[in-house]
Amino acid sequence: MRDVSIVGLGQTPVGEHWDTSLRELGFRALESALKDAKAERVEALYVGNMLSGHLTGQEHIAALIADFAGLRGIEAIKIEAACASGAAALRVGYAMVAGGLADLVAVVGVEKMTDQAPETVTAAMSMGVDADYEAMQGLTHMGVGAMLMRRYMHEHGFKREDFANFAITAHANAAGNPNAMYRSPISARLFNEAKPIADPISMFDSAPAADGAACVILAPTEIAREFSDKPVRIRASAVATDTVAADDRRDPLYLEAAAISAQKAFAAAGLGPDDIDLLETHDAFTILSALSLEACGFAPRGGGVRLAQNGEIGLRGRIPITTMGGLKARGNPVGAAGLYQIVEVAQQMRGDAGVNQVANARLGMAQNIGGTGGTVVTTILERL
Amino acid sequence: MEVARYWRTTRQRYQLVGEVCPNCSGKIFPPRDVCPTCEKEAKTPFAFSGVGEVYSYSTVYQAAAGYEKATPYTVAMIRLAEGPLVSAQLTDIDDKDVAIGMPVEMVTRVLREDGDRGMLVYGYKFRPVMV
Amino acid sequence: MMKASRPVGIVGYGSYVPRYRLPAQEVSQLWTDGNSPVPVREKSVNGIDEDVATMSIEAARNALKRSGVEPQDIGAVWVGSESHPYAVKPTSTIVAEAIGATPYTQAADWQFACKAGTEAFQASIGFVAGGMTRYAMAIGMDAAQGRPGDALEYTAGAGGAAFLVGAADEAIAEVEASLSFVTDTPDFWRRQYEKFPEHAGRFTGEPAYFHHVTSAASKLMSEMGLTSKDFDYFVCHQPNAKFPLKAGEELGFSRDQMKAGMLVNDIGNTYAGSCMIGLTAIMDIAKPGERILVTSFGSGAGSDAFSIRMLRASEPRGAISTRAYVERRKVIDYAMYTRLKGYYKLN
Repeated sequence: MRDVSIVGLGQTPVGEHWDTSLRELGFRALESALKDAKAERVEALYVGNMLSGHLTGQEHIAALIADFAGLRGIEAIKIEAACASGAAALRVGYAMVAGGLADLVAVVGVEKMTDQAPETVTAAMSMGVDADYEAMQGLTHMGVGAMLMRRYMHEHGFKREDFANFAITAHANAAGNPNAMYRSPISARLFNEAKPIADPISMFDSAPAADGAACVILAPTEIAREFSDKPVRIRASAVATDTVAADDRRDPLYLEAAAISAQKAFAAAGLGPDDIDLLETHDAFTILSALSLEACGFAPRGGGVRLAQNGEIGLRGRIPITTMGGLKARGNPVGAAGLYQIVEVAQQMRGDAGVNQVANARLGMAQNIGGTGGTVVTTILERL
Repeated sequence: MEVARYWRTTRQRYQLVGEVCPNCSGKIFPPRDVCPTCEKEAKTPFAFSGVGEVYSYSTVYQAAAGYEKATPYTVAMIRLAEGPLVSAQLTDIDDKDVAIGMPVEMVTRVLREDGDRGMLVYGYKFRPVMV
Repeated sequence: MMKASRPVGIVGYGSYVPRYRLPAQEVSQLWTDGNSPVPVREKSVNGIDEDVATMSIEAARNALKRSGVEPQDIGAVWVGSESHPYAVKPTSTIVAEAIGATPYTQAADWQFACKAGTEAFQASIGFVAGGMTRYAMAIGMDAAQGRPGDALEYTAGAGGAAFLVGAADEAIAEVEASLSFVTDTPDFWRRQYEKFPEHAGRFTGEPAYFHHVTSAASKLMSEMGLTSKDFDYFVCHQPNAKFPLKAGEELGFSRDQMKAGMLVNDIGNTYAGSCMIGLTAIMDIAKPGERILVTSFGSGAGSDAFSIRMLRASEPRGAISTRAYVERRKVIDYAMYTRLKGYYKLN
């Protein structure tokens, strides 16, 4: 197996791209990543996307974007794993390069959500939970997240207000990210007074649906410096699954797929939580950050919220998370979210994170969660 | 809502019929034909009593398309007396009165309708125990 | 008079009333500045997720619990209503499936305005007595419609009851005899594709309701050689608080004989469920040997009368009593009522 590095980064700003289509978004991220890698062509394109069929009536988008980018003829495939589609696509691109099937590969994560009405987007997002036994009952993706949060509060004795620092941190970091959707800081008071959308989740606990695309170019590490002065090595990549329905899990408050994929990634890299300098959590809801921190071993059970309360998740904290704003404040173009995480960790590894730079960051981790934990992709990147 | 998709799960939805594992006697809902504990075949039907308690809940203010009519409504994860957790709406209760641990019982209700012309979808919900 | 050749009775019964109540004063306030007198105190309103099928299922489950009968032994599931959820597609198959009586069973929907339930009950008696099946489930249930502002809106309620009919030797109460009285009297109707029923105003009283109720009840009593004194309870169709009392009075019944079955002030007019749920309230408290006269009324028009004698006190066995349903109440205002009824056009 060959060692693989990221040699090019691209992203569009996250937000409401009224004048930009799905294919254009994908192309723009791809174009800027290619430019960053000083490359003109790739051998293959893997596109992470969750909802193109439902929200834009378009499947087959990998070929569409390849053609639109002037890459007609190359291998191009869409990868879907609900909200974990982005990092799942990276996993496929990584395997192609590592296995020697391709030398230069582009991985794009793209989602176009603002063309549709909120109830349609809510229904679409709920396709990531169990359609027959959760969504059919009127449960939404957020509704399931809310029930996990409520139970967590019940078991560990927290109040909703105790989650505030996850959102405050995300918003504070987004202020320094020119590609973030919400670049204004929020106060604890604003968080505490927010009205519920799915009680106890309020708008400040949940990430906003948005348009956006992110892209990385992958190459074997041995030739990485032909493309980039600052290649970022993929130290580990792991995927694990769990039941799609949260109620089928042995313990709904323990994200088993997050734990398994983190353990696999740590084992492959010969690392542990203490070695990691920053973590991009999948903060679609504040509770998911807490559960992710716990499943990966950064905090004991019930300790994820405590980390946030103690300010240990800030850029200068013990384990900085959502360093560029997270899904919460950078925005959540759902199938692209996992790729944004990768691009952002790579920015940190390169030392290109600007005012959000985590000092001396050498090892960064991203955890991309599909649905409410049915698929979890863990990736560890390393500064070379 | 697709007619056949609804029809083939009628027994589960109307009567809360799941399965029991012949090996470990674990009760399974929804039916999945393989015991999640033993990972062996488990196809024996088992009718749940419909009694359980609230494990967690949330009042949903932003419903998915097709569920707007009853918004806001409260969803819950119910720990059935026989063991499994099941997700469903709570009904016949004011949102403020719901609490973790409260005893509930299964009732059959209309889950949704497909406009004025489509099919009515019936299934299980839970309400505070009456007896 | 109809008398079964083999003794038949009620082996189980159950009722259902939804949780919501609309005070009649709310209707009066909205449409008449509160000037219109109210025909009942309040009426029951089905929740947004309830219809005749779901309410019938719960009533039938209560009946099954009380009987101890295995659902697979039920040979007929019949639902009488004038508010079946589908214009075409049976309610009864939904109910039969939900209570576990399918697939080897008869199932049908009945329709005769407010006496659809008692005619299903009457047919059940014949079905069981004739040996066609061991048990038959007869349900009268409605989620009644009343045009906004119309007199019916004050009273049109939701609820009803289910009766499991079987051999008298295993029954809680025996059905001693029954009689039907029908004429073509168009006092109330709903045309195809119309949402709300029409009625003929005061014509619904004397020539319709009173004529049919009293004719059926008095004829049954005289054929049986009985008088009102021989009955401990009388319950009849309850379109408002006045009519049943007046009809009972004409037949020689005292307020005491009528009290137990009178639910109209609490739950409104439950149409096909009206006298049937009244009967369940009586059976919940009646003692062995006591006799009950039941008389329905369906517009169009007709009445079914039944003489029922209690054989033993009924045991709930986990079934919910009618009183418990009546006392479970959440008062709503007119705005919430219109929402529950689906009057707002959402999409």
